[in-house]
Amino acid sequence: MPLWGLAAWSPYKKMEIFLEHIVLIAVLTLTGLAILFGAILGAASVKFKVEGDPLVEQIDTLLPQTQCGQCGYPGCKPYATAIADGKADINRCPPGGHATIQSLADLLGVEVKPLDAEHGVEAEVKTVAYIREDECIGCTKCIQACPVDAILGAAKLMHTVVVSECTGCDLCVEPCPVDCIDMLPVEQPLSEWSWNLPPSTREVLGNMKAGDLIGSDRSDSSSGKGDRAA
Amino acid sequence: MTELFTILIGTVLVNNFVLVQFLGLCPFMGVSTKLESAIGMSAATTFVLTLASVCSYLVNAYVLEPFNLEFLRTISFILVIATVVSFSKMYIEKTSPVLYRVLGIYIPLITTNCAVLGVALLNVTKSHNFFQSGLYGFGAGVGFSLVLILFAAMRERITVADTPAPFRGAAIGMITAGLMSLAFMGFGGLVAL
Amino acid sequence: MRKVWDFHGGVHPPENKSQSLQSPLREAPLPTYVVLPLSMHVGAPAIACVAVGDKVKRGQLIAEPSGAFSAGIHASISGEVSAIEDRQISHPSGNPGPAIIIQSDGADESVTIEPIANYMQAEPDLLVKRVRQAGIAGLGGAGFPTHIKLNPLSKVDTLIINGAECEPYITADHALFKTFPEKVIQGIELLAHILGNPKQILIGIEDNKPDAIDALKQAAAGTNIEVVTVPTKYPSGGEKQLIQLLTGLEVPSGKLPANLGIMVQNPGTAVAVLEAVAEGKALTSRITTFVGQNLKESVNLEVRIGTTLTEVLTHLGLDLEHAHKVVLGGPMMGFAMPDPNTPILKISNCVLVPSKLELPDPEPAQPCIRCGSCAEVCPAQLLPQQLFWFAQAEDHENLQNHNLFDCIECGACSFVCPSNIPLVQYYRASKGAIREADRERIASDRARRRFEVRNLRVEREAQEREAKRAARMQAAKEKQAHSASQSAEKSPSSDEDLVAAAMARVKAQASADSGSASSEQSVQNKTQALQERIENLKSKISACEQNKEQNRLASELANAEAQLERFQKQNSETAESAAVAKAEIQPNADPDSASAAIERAKAKARAQADMPEAEKLQQTLDSLEKRIEKASERVKQARTESSDTLVALENGLQKLLEKKAEAQARLSELKEESKEQENP
Repeated sequence: MPLWGLAAWSPYKKMEIFLEHIVLIAVLTLTGLAILFGAILGAASVKFKVEGDPLVEQIDTLLPQTQCGQCGYPGCKPYATAIADGKADINRCPPGGHATIQSLADLLGVEVKPLDAEHGVEAEVKTVAYIREDECIGCTKCIQACPVDAILGAAKLMHTVVVSECTGCDLCVEPCPVDCIDMLPVEQPLSEWSWNLPPSTREVLGNMKAGDLIGSDRSDSSSGKGDRAA
Repeated sequence: MTELFTILIGTVLVNNFVLVQFLGLCPFMGVSTKLESAIGMSAATTFVLTLASVCSYLVNAYVLEPFNLEFLRTISFILVIATVVSFSKMYIEKTSPVLYRVLGIYIPLITTNCAVLGVALLNVTKSHNFFQSGLYGFGAGVGFSLVLILFAAMRERITVADTPAPFRGAAIGMITAGLMSLAFMGFGGLVAL
Repeated sequence: MRKVWDFHGGVHPPENKSQSLQSPLREAPLPTYVVLPLSMHVGAPAIACVAVGDKVKRGQLIAEPSGAFSAGIHASISGEVSAIEDRQISHPSGNPGPAIIIQSDGADESVTIEPIANYMQAEPDLLVKRVRQAGIAGLGGAGFPTHIKLNPLSKVDTLIINGAECEPYITADHALFKTFPEKVIQGIELLAHILGNPKQILIGIEDNKPDAIDALKQAAAGTNIEVVTVPTKYPSGGEKQLIQLLTGLEVPSGKLPANLGIMVQNPGTAVAVLEAVAEGKALTSRITTFVGQNLKESVNLEVRIGTTLTEVLTHLGLDLEHAHKVVLGGPMMGFAMPDPNTPILKISNCVLVPSKLELPDPEPAQPCIRCGSCAEVCPAQLLPQQLFWFAQAEDHENLQNHNLFDCIECGACSFVCPSNIPLVQYYRASKGAIREADRERIASDRARRRFEVRNLRVEREAQEREAKRAARMQAAKEKQAHSASQSAEKSPSSDEDLVAAAMARVKAQASADSGSASSEQSVQNKTQALQERIENLKSKISACEQNKEQNRLASELANAEAQLERFQKQNSETAESAAVAKAEIQPNADPDSASAAIERAKAKARAQADMPEAEKLQQTLDSLEKRIEKASERVKQARTESSDTLVALENGLQKLLEKKAEAQARLSELKEESKEQENP
């Protein structure tokens, strides 16, 4: 060492010093980089702060708004919030049925699941409430229970259900002290009728019998049947 | 000029990062079920690729090499990439909450996308300068987007088609990706790289 | 030669038009009865304005249009209205709908509206009104109310008469052209006048009807109506396709021909308009093609609207036993009727009764081979294959992106599909599903708004109650302070004032129940009213003849008398309580009496609470018995009247009986327990 003291700072020396403290230098460099990037990210997180949650609104739009509580939440908005938070699954809404599950799956990009039987089954026919007016005592308990104010009436006066606004949630049936509310099925008008989808090809192929495709395979002779006599 | 053109054609078609170099397959298979999410993802990845490529070049050129810390390359590149991804995550969350929710876990997963780290490291291997690095990253992004969007469009149709039961879902997706990869091999030799 | 353009796609099914043209057009024999559905058109169903038992004549209005977007229904034969009920109404679903049934009296008398003389000089508004009065809807198959169509929002430059009749087997318009070409031309001129004389008037007709073309050209000589021949291709009779053929213009997706200044009308509709204006005839008959190998005779008949198919087909020699199918409409766009006892509507242009060989059952659908033939033939330039895949997957968003609602359901795609896939069924089903989803979304939006408003209301009421309570507390405090300083004799007790206020409320309540400020006056009034009602009912009963009415009135009378009794009893009770209240609110009221009253009430409540469960149950049982009695009375009454609420009332009675059984069971349990306690 003493002889090449003048070359103390030669590249070789530099390398030696460097290699002695390499760990320290590496750590310092990384820490420096990390602090720099952390600062950038910190600034960005303040600038790009997100308020509120528009997703809840979007989910709520897809729910049927019966406010029936069958999903286990006290209304459609709380259920939408739970879905957005990831706390609830998308298959808990019986009034919405399969169609709602499908549109929720489309929105959130998750898989379609069958309706959770624990929360109810999809109703075959839409029902609305009907109050047997002869027995109504005018207690207003059903009016207080209705989430969409579809029952017309006042204390000690007749109560009646406005059918066009009733969503069929049946929250009014329980509170009635004289049990005078029935859920009756609603008939669909002819103007709202539409065709059903034909059976899928798989179903058709699965149900085919010999003779459906190839005429000579037919076991019974079908000529003459359905044709004009002579 | 031709050099830039070569880099671009090279990254987009000839040496496509997804179908020829087989990097970045995770988001390729995971986000390609719907066309809208695919478009969103490809935009995010292109942004990350370009920015990460440039930043990695800068870190490499001005921090690592002067201090002979080449052995820190991998870890510091990952640091850069993670920062860029976090930044873009915040940006996406702010501007498009739907896209954010749709892409979900795949945004932070861009960090582990081998294509991003691959681009950064390949820049070093090929000794690209600043501009070339940026273009290389951008080209990689464009190539990724092209293939992802094509694949997503095809997958949307395959989902509603009559696929035999054992093939439905990811299986037919993989087969399709393989066929696309075969197709892209046709570009080999287009550019002598 | 006028230029004729072309439209994309199209198919050439075998025409099969010669069968029904062998005999000339003639009138169908008068039916024995007609079934007139209240909805034979696009828009709101008409509202019946006759009653069962009314005698009507042909051309008489029997159902009024309901609102602006509707058309009226006129009797097509003279006779008696035998029923207004649900019947088969030739709906594709096969479901019944409301209809007016008229039994013919054989006389076939008619009434007409006043014919308009010089109709070519009359105001278009007057003519359009006449069209509405005559109940005319598009006879081409859509059934759009013509009076609305003839009142377009923008000027019409081109009037096109749709004489193409592209669907195989159908020759109704062809027969009309051959038999009454002058009427057709006059009708068209009238339409042109109503529309303010459009620059171009064209009759589009396919080249497979040479005799009709000649007849029309002859009749149109000297007018500015041009007869244009188009090549035979299905579906050149589609509105948008015909417009493209004759003008080269394409109607944009989602828009109407009126947006291009074009209007298309059926020639049968033109003749109907002419008859309504010039002869005052309402729409009561139409020309329909009856064709098929299963008929002894294929012919075009002028049938009365509402004639059941069974009647007219039997006249034409149909063996209903061996009928394979009865199709309303043509082979491409018609639908099979499960029950041939269904009427001819305003829009029924063809009845096809094929043999199995002629129109075999469709073969089972096989997987799509993606050949693309369907896209080659689609006249609307859609992608039927893609629509098929999306329809199978019920992907509404993509269906709408691929313009599902521009599909005219012509059936060309299903016709060419080598795998026999019923493509049009998929599109019809998907359109219905999308419309239903839209309806549900609108309903749920409405429900959400109501829910939010209701929450606001509840909150607001809670706040108001709070505010009132606070105000009352404040007022009470002030009054207390005030009275404390004022009188020394009255023992300053806030209790007394509260009690006095309560008593005052009771009194006010009693008088409010009686209905007006002065309680005695209102009591008198109400008693009088009830007694008058009872008198009325009694007289009605004696005057009434029918038994059913009598029963109903008798029960009403019983109700009214019971009501009177109850009211009088209640009245006396109220008077008592009012007197009691009055007595207790004497100015020098002894606060003790008030507190005594409170004590009594408290004691009663305590006794009620302390009452052993058995006694409570007994009370409940007693009240249940009374309610069951009332309910079973009402059920009996409903049964005799066969009223609608019978089911609901029976349910209620059932529930009451169940409750009674429960209570009795519980009571007997208790009795057992107490017995056991006594005898350990």
